Amino acid sequence: MTTETGQTPPARLPASLRSALAPALGLAVFTLVFTALMAFTYDATRERIAAATEAQQMRLIDEILPRGQYDNALLKDAVTAAPPANVKRIWRARRGGAPIALVFETFADDGYGGRIELIVSLGIDGKIGGARVSFHKETPGLGDYIDPARDRDKAKPWIGQFSGADATLPPTHWVIKKDGGAFDYRAGATISARAVTHALGQSAAWAAARRDAIFAAPAGSHVDADAQRE
Amino acid sequence: MRIQHIKESARNGLWRQNPGLAQILGLCPILAVSTNIVNAVSLGLATVMAMALSNLAVSALRRWIAYEIRIPVFILIIAALVTVLDLAFNAYFHSLYLLLGIFIPLITTNCIVLARAEAFAARNGALESTFDGIMMGLGLVWVLALLGALRELIGSGTLLSGIDMVVPGLSAIQVFGDDYPGFLLAVLPPGAFFILGCLIAAYNAINAHRAARILPEPVPAAPPQSAAVD
Repeated sequence: MTTETGQTPPARLPASLRSALAPALGLAVFTLVFTALMAFTYDATRERIAAATEAQQMRLIDEILPRGQYDNALLKDAVTAAPPANVKRIWRARRGGAPIALVFETFADDGYGGRIELIVSLGIDGKIGGARVSFHKETPGLGDYIDPARDRDKAKPWIGQFSGADATLPPTHWVIKKDGGAFDYRAGATISARAVTHALGQSAAWAAARRDAIFAAPAGSHVDADAQRE
Repeated sequence: MRIQHIKESARNGLWRQNPGLAQILGLCPILAVSTNIVNAVSLGLATVMAMALSNLAVSALRRWIAYEIRIPVFILIIAALVTVLDLAFNAYFHSLYLLLGIFIPLITTNCIVLARAEAFAARNGALESTFDGIMMGLGLVWVLALLGALRELIGSGTLLSGIDMVVPGLSAIQVFGDDYPGFLLAVLPPGAFFILGCLIAAYNAINAHRAARILPEPVPAAPPQSAAVD
């Protein structure tokens, strides 16, 4: 069947097959043309999209780690981690080559609306510099206070309480007050707060325990879960 | 394209065959994004672009689209154009892209786009079809704007929240003051159904009122034009 493509179908082909061939070829041509259109657009916008994504990332990072504190090209100085750690990419902030802070991506899969993605800075002193939600699908007006842009309390947003929290404290500390831990939550939406608090505690403890190994790893490499603990 | 066509297309799109109120097509984005005006109008305008482009493409290519395969070809065209739009938004309007997130690809599944390709663009010239797409899209935009405004106002007591993502420097209007407790139902999906239901009821009431006024009572012979629309 495929050998006949592009040629006039010989007369011995059954009529039913011939009548099916023309629309099939038509569909194939349309598919080719519009796939080419998409491929062309993808190629034409790729660099701009990468630049815009990077700028957006830096906007979030600037909120949790002031630019004046480090002098290296932060986004270029990255390593990766993988499960069982709930840490994805890690960037290393240095000043004059000396370690200043780690900025890493973490996530919680137990949000009310599914996955919540976070970005966190962890100072060399083992304390969290700040945390921001970079993606979530929590209920608008209820659980979305985890994102300070949606938090009704602009003066003292909920996520601000993690700034200065000690990552080396035991997991029992990294629980919302309702469950006997140390962190506030808003009445009516405990699931979102619980998920964020747990993910932050777990990931920060993981990163803090492997701090020196993470700073020493060559850029672009992968940090193992069983990297040297302190 | 005559003035008569322009008027007819505009009247159909904006009122008589309004996608949101009369055809009730495209409920998916209507209910999902209309939690506030900014989201609703942004996605509405993206839909206008998608409909104008898809109607233009379908009407320009209609001679080459075999009847049997027209639906797959329409969907192919719409999906490809929406993908192009999605990439363009990501590259050139990145903050708006973050706001609309997953909803731009969903324009593909908005059946009003396919409905206009099949019912109008496949039978009319490129200019008329593009205009029809724009008018149908604008018909959706004003319904989305009204629905978004009502849900935002009732749900959180604000208007235009998130406007700073589109026009930096502007901020939301607190209509009911800071201590408005909020009415969550309006923001949740059920609230979208309730308020859309009220809008459709108002639309039908206005149409019924008009029909009653236009209908000259002593002439039962000619059935009124507007009654057939429903």
